[in-house]
Amino acid sequence: MTATPLLEIRNVETYYGKIQALKGVTMEVKAGEIVTLIGANGAGKSTLMMTICGDPRAAAGQIIFDGQDITKLQTHEITRMRIAQSPEGRRIFPRMTVYENLIMGATTSDPAYFDEDLSRAFELFPRLKERRDQRGGTLSGGEQQMLAIARALMARPRLLLLDEPSLGLAPLVVKQIFEAIKELNDKDGLTVFLVEQNAYHALKLADRGYVMVNGNITMSGTGKELLASEEVRAAYLEGGAH
Amino acid sequence: MEYFLQQLINGITLGSIYGLIAIGYTMVYGIIGMINFAHGDIFMVSSFIALIVITALGLTVSTGLGLTILALILVLVTAMVIASVFGWTTERMAYRPLRGSFRLAPLITAIGISIVLQNYIQITQGARVKPLQPLIEGGYTLMTRVDANGEFAVRLSNMQILIIAITVILMIVFSLMIAKTSLGRAQRACEQDRKMASLLGINVDRTISMTFVMGAALAAVAGLMFLLYYGVIDFFIGFVAGVKAFTAAVLGGIGSLPGAMLGGLVIGLIETFWSAYFSIEYKDVAAFSMLAIVLIFLPQGLLGKPEVEKV
Ligand SMILES: Nc1ncnc2c1ncn2[C@@H]1O[C@H](COP(=O)(O)OP(=O)(O)O)[C@@H](O)[C@H]1O
Ligand SMILES: [Mg+2]
Repeated sequence: MTATPLLEIRNVETYYGKIQALKGVTMEVKAGEIVTLIGANGAGKSTLMMTICGDPRAAAGQIIFDGQDITKLQTHEITRMRIAQSPEGRRIFPRMTVYENLIMGATTSDPAYFDEDLSRAFELFPRLKERRDQRGGTLSGGEQQMLAIARALMARPRLLLLDEPSLGLAPLVVKQIFEAIKELNDKDGLTVFLVEQNAYHALKLADRGYVMVNGNITMSGTGKELLASEEVRAAYLEGGAH
Repeated sequence: MEYFLQQLINGITLGSIYGLIAIGYTMVYGIIGMINFAHGDIFMVSSFIALIVITALGLTVSTGLGLTILALILVLVTAMVIASVFGWTTERMAYRPLRGSFRLAPLITAIGISIVLQNYIQITQGARVKPLQPLIEGGYTLMTRVDANGEFAVRLSNMQILIIAITVILMIVFSLMIAKTSLGRAQRACEQDRKMASLLGINVDRTISMTFVMGAALAAVAGLMFLLYYGVIDFFIGFVAGVKAFTAAVLGGIGSLPGAMLGGLVIGLIETFWSAYFSIEYKDVAAFSMLAIVLIFLPQGLLGKPEVEKV
């Protein structure tokens, strides 16, 4: 683990029209870390994920990736810096096959790596291999989530953004997905920024975590510290732990 | 029977031209969810460009076959390039600046571009029809019937063969391009989820521009075919053919490529058969009635995607 932050977010504010969704967010993700962001529904977690990718654009503050200011870049340019996102709602292309969705994921990466990356994706999620030629829109929720993560990985990201990968999934599938994230982090040193409502699992997995309330970061600490914190337990864990 | 066969050939030829124009409507609608109201006029401008280049090259029917083909390729490329510039400009001027605006705004600017193009051609080329002597003559007599009324021959002209063949080839090339190339995949991705496409590194603006350009290039092919087949053009053909091709695109299922081609064929056939068997004055009424009937029973058009699939 190196000390330089791979992603630095400084006082970022984001608006939807007149509504302010982020009210000056500051946080960082270091290379090789798994960092999680937890918070209630509507806190602004997905907005932060999307603001990192430039859509919506930050109205104030700075987003710095690997020492470069990316605040004003266009979304497709930010992706080219090798930031990949598995967004809220999965956003699988419904009328493309699993295979085509994965090709789309590889848009910005060198074609020379395609076969290697594809077999790695199928190794990670064998289910997708079975469904290779099935249309994305006909997959189950869990399969779509796997596809969304696999598609993001096809970009060979340096930073992987995952927005609620466990939403609406059966506990067994959640476990499988969290194991996959852990494995990618351990083996390949992949840096992961994870948004979760499933706070217990996320904090157990993560090196560090942040808590967001109403567009502000209210707490931060290691996964263990946050898991032990009374406030976090009361607000996000009671009844939520499986 | 012979008469029917002849109308069938004529209808397919006309339908091919409508189909090629319809693809431009359907592709643009697929990707931005809006009709490009200047598309018919880009078709019209292309046929004028074709006429100007043909005249400048001094092509006539007595030019040798090889030279004619070479020259027509040059004409086609010129028309396609200039039409592409018009298509690109339309998107940049009428659509992109208004993308976040209310839905009708870009339609109004596109109609504005349509009016500008029509008036520009009317002023520079005159309001009267422009004729072109036939360049490609000859053909085949498929069958002849002799009866009390005299002789009736079913003819398939070389021009008709050319139009149908080029249309079939372009359809195949285009379908493959949409299905297999990265540009085609990017277009489908933008069609299905534009935001996700940009998250994956697709330059959405450029993909939309390319879609306008591709539609305009096909309209230019149709413009040259129309000129060669009918031999007369005027500044208003874009409106008439545009409305028909738009009808074809909706009839086939707006957003669907095979639908546009099928819709074009259906409209071409209805128009031809109605003129042949009923009254030529009501051929447009027949085509539009068909549209109304289909839309009542199949709101998505003949090959349109059912709405449930849209996520
Ligand atoms: N596209 C949008 N337009 C307007 N308001 C939005 C939009 N997306 C989110 N919001 C608002 O911004 C706030 C933060 O939403 P979001 O980032 O989705 O929260 P979270 O992901 O933490 O549940 C909410 O109040 C939500 O209603
Ligand atoms: Mg969210």
